[in-house]
Amino acid sequence: MATRASAPSAPVTISTRVDKVGLRPKVTRAIRALVVVILTVLILLPVVWMVMTSLKSPSDVVAVPPKIIFEPSIESFIFLVTERVQFPTRQEADEFRARDDLKWYEEKVAERGQKITRVGDFPKQLRNSFIIAGTSTIFSVLFGVLSAYAFSRFKIPGEGDLLFFILSTRMLPPVAVTIPIFLMYRELGLDNTYFGLILLYTTFNLSFSVWLLKGFIDEIPKEYEEAALVDGYTRLQAFRKVVLPQAVTGIAATTVFCFIFAWNEYAFAAMLTSDATRTAPPSIPSIQGVGRIEWETIAAASLVFLMPVVIVTFALRKHLLRGVTFGAIRKG
Amino acid sequence: MSSYSQPARRRHLGDKRLIQMFIIPTVLLLILMNVFPLIYSLYLSFTEYSAINPTPPQWVGLDNYKKVLSDNLYWHNFAVTGRYALISVSLQMIVGFSLAMLLKEKFKGSGLLTTLILVPMMLSPAVVGAFWKNIFNPSFGIFDQFLGYSDPNTAPQWLGDPDLALWAVVIVDVWMWSPFVMLLSLAGLSAIPDYLYEAAAIDRASAWFQFRRITLPQVMPLLLIAVLFRTIEAFKQFDLVMGLTGGGPSLLQGTQAVNVTETVSVKLFRLAMPPQAQTGLSSAMAYVVLVIIIAISNLYIRALNKVREG
Repeated sequence: MATRASAPSAPVTISTRVDKVGLRPKVTRAIRALVVVILTVLILLPVVWMVMTSLKSPSDVVAVPPKIIFEPSIESFIFLVTERVQFPTRQEADEFRARDDLKWYEEKVAERGQKITRVGDFPKQLRNSFIIAGTSTIFSVLFGVLSAYAFSRFKIPGEGDLLFFILSTRMLPPVAVTIPIFLMYRELGLDNTYFGLILLYTTFNLSFSVWLLKGFIDEIPKEYEEAALVDGYTRLQAFRKVVLPQAVTGIAATTVFCFIFAWNEYAFAAMLTSDATRTAPPSIPSIQGVGRIEWETIAAASLVFLMPVVIVTFALRKHLLRGVTFGAIRKG
Repeated sequence: MSSYSQPARRRHLGDKRLIQMFIIPTVLLLILMNVFPLIYSLYLSFTEYSAINPTPPQWVGLDNYKKVLSDNLYWHNFAVTGRYALISVSLQMIVGFSLAMLLKEKFKGSGLLTTLILVPMMLSPAVVGAFWKNIFNPSFGIFDQFLGYSDPNTAPQWLGDPDLALWAVVIVDVWMWSPFVMLLSLAGLSAIPDYLYEAAAIDRASAWFQFRRITLPQVMPLLLIAVLFRTIEAFKQFDLVMGLTGGGPSLLQGTQAVNVTETVSVKLFRLAMPPQAQTGLSSAMAYVVLVIIIAISNLYIRALNKVREG
């Protein structure tokens, strides 16, 4: 009590927060950092395990107990891009191996008693993923930025309802929409076409794109455009030459988020695509090995497929919060 | 005079046309690809129809809805989804918020660690599920090893044991989505004004008191958003289950065999696709799910508006 009575005369000059004036702030901070490092390692362990599995040889993959130290091999990646058959007999396999016109990868596969018959499906599926996710992203961002600008700058009758409607379409479970879409597409001959899936993904991402971009455009001061309009620009010119350059960061972030959503999408792709247009997400869980489950191939496929997303996560870290909350929450 | 007012008026008209041009593609696409299909499937939900059958839809009134709402088989899927949503979202809140509390005071490298923690939530659930199958394998997977079970014969069969399979889905879901809760919590924590803590410190409030009376109430709106958002997603849960368990394993419940991780979305998919292709019935089920999700979404959007205004 005595100390408190004398306190008012002396101004508080140092931080009085309990957590900052604790016994040994440095020590507690170090402990906290250590705990976080350990937790981060734990969280990343499955991904690390995936990388390790993709580098294992077929026998190491199913070793009991699981091998932490092993001789790395890139067989899995050869398996991933090839379609193979098992030689029916040991003798035939040995005869094939003895040939001296084999390429290095053919030799690797021959060591497992297998022969490459053709290029595998995975590269094609990856290409399909790129085409479909890429094209749909361009359209959802294009339409998104136009609508977002209109919503941000003009009074539109029923604006609130319209925006609510746009957001609510994103809350629908994809499976609920897929039944009618499936029937509609079958009628129109759009099932199993690039166009069908691109159309679907564009719409699927559009609501997100409008909301996210509206947030970014809201932040650009109106005065810039007004100045341009006074200078004799038309509205369209002002939009192109003043607003768009200012919104570049927002557009880039939106593009990447839309791409990731389309890239990762599974439900629509599983229902509406088969061989010719099948994308990677529905294919990877059903990778069939030759005579066994090729875990190393699945791991390699997952790794190749996830790589772009991991890289992008780092590039996007400043916008992550905004992206995952539909642009509603800004600062982290 | 006339040359002065002319451009202004033209610009005004231009604005109106411009708005239409800018908004029409979006609205058109959404109507074509969302509203129309929903109306179509509302109609189908009142009919007896199979997409692989040439017979046209037969009007049956509320029969499909009665079946979905009264048959134990479908209640099982709703129960699985509800239980999964409850456990999974609660755990994500605890883990995510704890991570945020650890990371709220910056230290050297905390930015990098935060980003690394966010990686799981950006991955494709179907692919993640496929890969966690390997991790959960009792003989060559690392999960059981990590828990200390070295003998594959006694180790828990996460994906094969009906008592554990739903927990396996929960574990992966918590792994993927706790970072999302962490991200929202961090945003909430960083927005708490310092003076609140300073005032509390002057009053010699205990750390627990500060947490309970300052930190928690201040981040509550954002935590609420996290809960609602994750609950909506949990009701939509599909890809992860498909990749990880495919809805299995099955368990004999009374006289019926049920799939213990079959969420409503997985059931819907099975019901809608060939060979079952019960289009009418699955449309009705889709509508029941839709009503549940719309109810939660409404709460979500209201909470969001509050945060944006406040």
